[in-house]
Amino acid sequence: MSWFGKYIRSSVGAKHLMAISGLMLVGFVLAHMLGNLQIFKGQAAINAYAVQLKSLGGLLWIMRGGLVLAVLVHIFSAIRLSMLNSAARPVKYKKVKTDKSSFASRTMLWGGIIIVLFLVFHLAQLTLGGGPLQENFNLVDEFGRHDVYNMTVLGFKNVAVSASYIVAMLALCIHLSHGVTSLFQSLGLNHPKYNGMIAMAGPAIATLVLIGNCSMPIAVLAGWVKATV
Amino acid sequence: MNLTLYVWRQKDAKDSGGFEKYTDECKDISEHMSFLELLDVVNERLIEKGKMPIAFDSDCREGICGTCSMVINGRPHGPWKKTTACQLHMRAFKDGDVIYIEPWRAKSFPVLQDLMVDRKALDDIVQAGGYISTNCGSAPDANSVQIGKEIADAAMDAAACIGCGACVAACPNASAMLFTAAKISHMNTLPQGKPEAGKRTLDMVNAMDQAGFGNCSNHLECEAACPKDIKATVIAEMNRAYAKASLTKR
Repeated sequence: MSWFGKYIRSSVGAKHLMAISGLMLVGFVLAHMLGNLQIFKGQAAINAYAVQLKSLGGLLWIMRGGLVLAVLVHIFSAIRLSMLNSAARPVKYKKVKTDKSSFASRTMLWGGIIIVLFLVFHLAQLTLGGGPLQENFNLVDEFGRHDVYNMTVLGFKNVAVSASYIVAMLALCIHLSHGVTSLFQSLGLNHPKYNGMIAMAGPAIATLVLIGNCSMPIAVLAGWVKATV
Repeated sequence: MNLTLYVWRQKDAKDSGGFEKYTDECKDISEHMSFLELLDVVNERLIEKGKMPIAFDSDCREGICGTCSMVINGRPHGPWKKTTACQLHMRAFKDGDVIYIEPWRAKSFPVLQDLMVDRKALDDIVQAGGYISTNCGSAPDANSVQIGKEIADAAMDAAACIGCGACVAACPNASAMLFTAAKISHMNTLPQGKPEAGKRTLDMVNAMDQAGFGNCSNHLECEAACPKDIKATVIAEMNRAYAKASLTKR
């Protein structure tokens, strides 16, 4: 396996790690968003979805394991590469003009840090049931199911919570607008016939995630989605 | 035109260096001069005053050797696209402009003096795999190896790289991937380069990493700075070739 260690430690292998872990994460983000959008179908639908998800048992834990692995690989690579990159230019330029890099590409690390901070808060609030909104976590619906619907809606009624979600989603949107297009380049998936589409894939998926995920706190704040307790 | 120059001056590799301001030396500059001719004029005037002239690299002065290396107002080779510093002309500037001139900045390109850097690291990458192994002797028959035009064009586009290092200089991470990928692509694309494609890709990427260049995060500043318009698609090709070679080559 020495060849594998050499491969993933190389500059190109590092890109592949970043791209593949990023692909897993963006896949999760999309699936997670689609699942959560069921909040618009009402309490029964999303609570049933939560039960179904939990009933996956071993499969759920495999998915969670993969996700944790992807997160760790992504973060570890980011830290390692940032340090190497900064060491590669010990003396900075006095003047720098950029031409093709974007705000998104230049702020990948900062976007990532915001997302990690958000993740800690998000997991504490909605998965582990800690943090400032603990009382909503133990709600159950009429069938005795974990009341995901009201937990979410009551959480988003708090303007500070909603605002933090929206800020985090903006950071995620910017991160993905570069990241998704970038992962194709990193994996060498390019072809003149599809390059235009690949260039659009990042901004398009990022916008989709922004709209989809922000629609939930906005709908709650606007009173379109109401708590039933 | 009259200009103000801030030029990086550094006695030798050990000196910490700093910017020097020049105004008297850059008066009455003709817009027809090339950028290197501006430096020639400044240097003549410095010598007249008994001062050390500014050290900079130049050779062909026709945009094909890749020797002139300087960052002009924050862009490698200055403001014109697809143009080396020697082909940049003073009509790109106007009277009263302030121009900052800096050497390529990368750990792998140590400054030797003023604007001159040591680009041996690029030679090391080429030595690691920028060749094909074949028997010497009389030239083969012209049409014995047939190469389609699209393939020949792609190889020629990559081969246009003059090894100036502007890609490294422009990259926010000081990565040499555009250079390395151009060389790999140039050879791997052609039938003569195919037999050694995997080994070449591994060896050249390895040499690049050994030299201490940064990593690529797909900013594409290299593509924008390249005086020969090498496209970052060659990097994607290299990424693919490297994965293939790593996973399959024994």
